[in-house]
Amino acid sequence: MNVLLAVPLVVPLLGAALTLLLRRLPTAQQIASSLVLLVVVADAAVLLAHTADGTVVVSQAGGWPAPLGITLVADPLAALLVLVSSVVLLIVLLYAIGQDIGGLSRATPQVFHPIYLVLTAGVCLSFVSGDLFNLFVGFEMMLTASYALITQAPTRSRVRASMIYTLVSLTSSILFLTGIALVYALTGTINLADIAGKLGAATPALRMVLALLFLVVFGIKAAIVPMHFWLPDSYPVALTRISAIFAALLTKVAVYAVIRTQTLLFARDDISTVLLWVAVATMIVGILGALVQDDVNRVASFALVSHIGFMIFGLALGTVAALAGVLLYLVHHIVAQASLFLVNGLIRQFVGHTSLRAIRGLTTVSPVLAALFFVPAMSLAGLPPTSGFVAKVALFQAGVALGTWQAYVGIAAGVLTSALTLIALFRIWTRAFWGTPLPDMVEAKQRLRNASNRGGLRMMTAMTAVMVTAGLVVALVAGPLSELGFTAAHDLVDGEAYIHAVLGEEAPTP
Amino acid sequence: MITTPSLLLIIAVAVLYSSGFYLLLQRSLMRVVLGIVILGHAANLSLMLTDHSITLPPLLDGPAGEISDPLPQALVLTAIVITFGVTTFLLALAYRVWLGDNTDEVPDDLEDRRIRRLREPEDSS
Repeated sequence: MNVLLAVPLVVPLLGAALTLLLRRLPTAQQIASSLVLLVVVADAAVLLAHTADGTVVVSQAGGWPAPLGITLVADPLAALLVLVSSVVLLIVLLYAIGQDIGGLSRATPQVFHPIYLVLTAGVCLSFVSGDLFNLFVGFEMMLTASYALITQAPTRSRVRASMIYTLVSLTSSILFLTGIALVYALTGTINLADIAGKLGAATPALRMVLALLFLVVFGIKAAIVPMHFWLPDSYPVALTRISAIFAALLTKVAVYAVIRTQTLLFARDDISTVLLWVAVATMIVGILGALVQDDVNRVASFALVSHIGFMIFGLALGTVAALAGVLLYLVHHIVAQASLFLVNGLIRQFVGHTSLRAIRGLTTVSPVLAALFFVPAMSLAGLPPTSGFVAKVALFQAGVALGTWQAYVGIAAGVLTSALTLIALFRIWTRAFWGTPLPDMVEAKQRLRNASNRGGLRMMTAMTAVMVTAGLVVALVAGPLSELGFTAAHDLVDGEAYIHAVLGEEAPTP
Repeated sequence: MITTPSLLLIIAVAVLYSSGFYLLLQRSLMRVVLGIVILGHAANLSLMLTDHSITLPPLLDGPAGEISDPLPQALVLTAIVITFGVTTFLLALAYRVWLGDNTDEVPDDLEDRRIRRLREPEDSS
């Protein structure tokens, strides 16, 4: 059991060291990092099989008992997210390898592979860490790797964008550290399960302050309105492979941290009203931003911000059904956003840029590309029979079941946002995909077709197709996934299983 | 023995946080980087303040209750290393910005300027 939890952290870190040593041998480097991610995927699948019935798997590092040592914990939610993340990381890695084989990218592969694996370790550590400081370390590993990745192939605009990104993330990290200090001063522990039992002794006002502080800390990283301003400025500027991973995973790790802290630590402090209004604001402001953009990547980034609101809405409802919906939405959103950014990368490959002002008739240039764009776009807008539809229906049903007027406001905002998402994405469709192609686009395509890099381009298209298909598979397995969601949500709302698994049966629960 | 933290240190933390956030809001990148450094110090100092037995000797030997709490010190050590590494990276980035733009001022947001242009009638295509 211990090994299962350690593998997603240790293997990528060892792999990072190995790929750094192999930096002169590109093929060996590519094989090594793919193998590392395959191991993580396999491990995560076994971990999910162990936790699927609601069991919480715990590993005490070095054999130190719980509140003292470093604890790694995987409940169904964490195990599922590790699995989905590692699958997405593997597909994007293969896409990047295809791009490198074709010589189609200006990234430095020698640097890319080691840092990418450190990012993998950071993401996995954030999901399975059982104490607050380890969560901080996981976030820092992930973010430091992302600072380095966003400056790959540095241009002036990229350096400027990454400066903003780094400063904003760093500010939230320092607030996180302050939050840890306050929690430690209050409870004398940083183990999540232990804090949950001991926070009850603090006054409600103090708990409320801490709950809001952690909401701000993770809200900055998750791009919740009004702390979203940095995301549309930095993500679209990075290389496609990198913005795809950022859009799919980094914000979702922060959403996971919001869910974990607000359900386990602050469950008794009612900030659900704040969460609900923040969720509504995130949905509406994000999608209104997407409507006025004229760059495909920027539209996708604003859509990303707006759809974070759906997950916060589900958390604000706080019922088991709503949290099960959030889990469905997390999985759907990770896959759909990754697909959309990979397709944008293909557009950039075909046309040379992603500005809607100078793209026409992509359907004629590449019908496959049009099909690949269509599916994740439908999914984000939430049309049946895609995974987005399933996830949204789950959330709205939970809202109706709760029946308060705030829940109905949230549902109304959600429906409006879905309709506006459809408009925003169809603006891309009508402007970029319809019409007669511009002459330079046809030329660019001919050049791409004649060149020696066809194999690489095929691999990129194939990997994008795999990601889009993964989105369809999510819709197909929505039934079992939703059952798993209910098991995970039950654990989250109850909290006892988590605390008992970490601290033993006689531990105090709130 | 449990003592309340010294008032002087609490005032120091408050001063560090406020001057750090003030510098963070400046336009010059150097000042922003200094702001991050000072904020890091503020967070580390407040971690140290959580140790109620800070006046006792450090963890060397001696029975429990007569040594200071080692955990905040371990946390601060980790946090210092992380802030140090990221500060180096920030300085390198600031240098790259300076190389590219020959100024270390944060420029106006490009997107803001574009949206402002959208309001002008001739651009309403």
